[in-house]
Amino acid sequence: MEFLGEVAAWFSDPASWEGRNSIPLRLWEHVSLSATALALGVLIALPIGLAIGHSGRGARAAVAITNIGRAIPSLGWLGMVLPITLVLFERGGLGFLPALIALVALAIPPIVTNTYAGLREVDRELIDAARGMGMGERRILTAVEVPIALPVILAGVRSSAVQVVATATLAAVVAGGTLGDFILQGIFVRDLPRVFGAALMVAVLALATEGLFALLQRLATSPGLRAATDVGRTS
Amino acid sequence: MNDQPFFRIDWVIDNLDEIGGRVGEHLVMTGIAIGVGLVISFGLALLIRRVRPLYGPTIAITGALYSIPSLALFALLIPITGLSLLTAEIALVSYTLLILVRNIVAALDGVPAEVLDAADGMGFGSVERLWRVELPIALPVIVAGVRIATVTTIGLVTVTSLIGLGGLGYLIVNTGINRFFATSIYTGVALSVALAVLADVGLESLQRRLTPWARARSG
Repeated sequence: MEFLGEVAAWFSDPASWEGRNSIPLRLWEHVSLSATALALGVLIALPIGLAIGHSGRGARAAVAITNIGRAIPSLGWLGMVLPITLVLFERGGLGFLPALIALVALAIPPIVTNTYAGLREVDRELIDAARGMGMGERRILTAVEVPIALPVILAGVRSSAVQVVATATLAAVVAGGTLGDFILQGIFVRDLPRVFGAALMVAVLALATEGLFALLQRLATSPGLRAATDVGRTS
Repeated sequence: MNDQPFFRIDWVIDNLDEIGGRVGEHLVMTGIAIGVGLVISFGLALLIRRVRPLYGPTIAITGALYSIPSLALFALLIPITGLSLLTAEIALVSYTLLILVRNIVAALDGVPAEVLDAADGMGFGSVERLWRVELPIALPVIVAGVRIATVTTIGLVTVTSLIGLGGLGYLIVNTGINRFFATSIYTGVALSVALAVLADVGLESLQRRLTPWARARSG
């Protein structure tokens, strides 16, 4: 109980809220780094997933991307990027840049995998019907395949988002700031209330991200699909 | 970092003992997490089979644990269990539960009802039925879960170096990133990936050896 009081004291200390090592600044670093990485990850992964899923070509590449993504530890991405950015950008190669590159690399595999899998699951007869109605390939993709696959695609974006927010915590090891910095500082100077308080914020941020994207996934499911799955459930 | 070769193979050769030690620590930490995770998950799965309504809440809780970032979960435990192996293992075991419980329950559910009836008809008791009938049939699905959990855990163990433990994360962070020494970083990452791949392939071949009939039927 006494310990939780110390944690509360860290949160209520005015010094925690101002300057270059403040809660708002670290939180902003965490959120902006994660959001930028996720946005870039979607921009890169979505076209790849759509191309593979629509054409059915390059499926092996998609599987390879998934497996590589799973085997390389998230801390490993940060470590691997750092020496390269340091050589290329010298001092600019520390901090935000290596963290961003590592997080983008981490965000790509789940989105590629799910986009590909989502499109492959679309009933072939629907696509044949669309083609019979005279739809072009592009229109089939945007008007038929993507709406049906959207929940699966967004599930991929969701797991990327959760992983990115989690790994942004580790960005502190390459001087990327974020809430993880409080944890590492706190461990270093044995300031446990700071460690615990920051960890609490990271946990809440991760769960909130999960919740937000779960909601988005529900909202993006077309009413027709929702009805279909509901029927499927009751039968 | 500019005035020396990007990757110094001589450093790797000079430090083979150190590197081997880190691999050993990594394997021990992974092994404990998977072993304890399996025991707990089995208990939970058997409980869920008797009390079905527990399945939803169990998956919800283990799912929430799974989405807490590793460094944060370590940090939340530090005030209680300190910068220790116990802290790391509690977190690592927590992460295995979602995958393992889900797979074990699905695996046991997948055993055909006729087979269970036949076992009962032959006079098997419930423990004997579980051990000699259900588990062998469920094994491939269970091992599939263990493979995913093991690969995930091998990656997560690298993070334990941030709370003062060893393993391959020590090569990535302590002698790598903190000293801007690329060779140590890449050695740590490459060995971690190699362990993950070897564990995955090894468990798959173990499963095939343990269930030769599955191969005979499909072949």
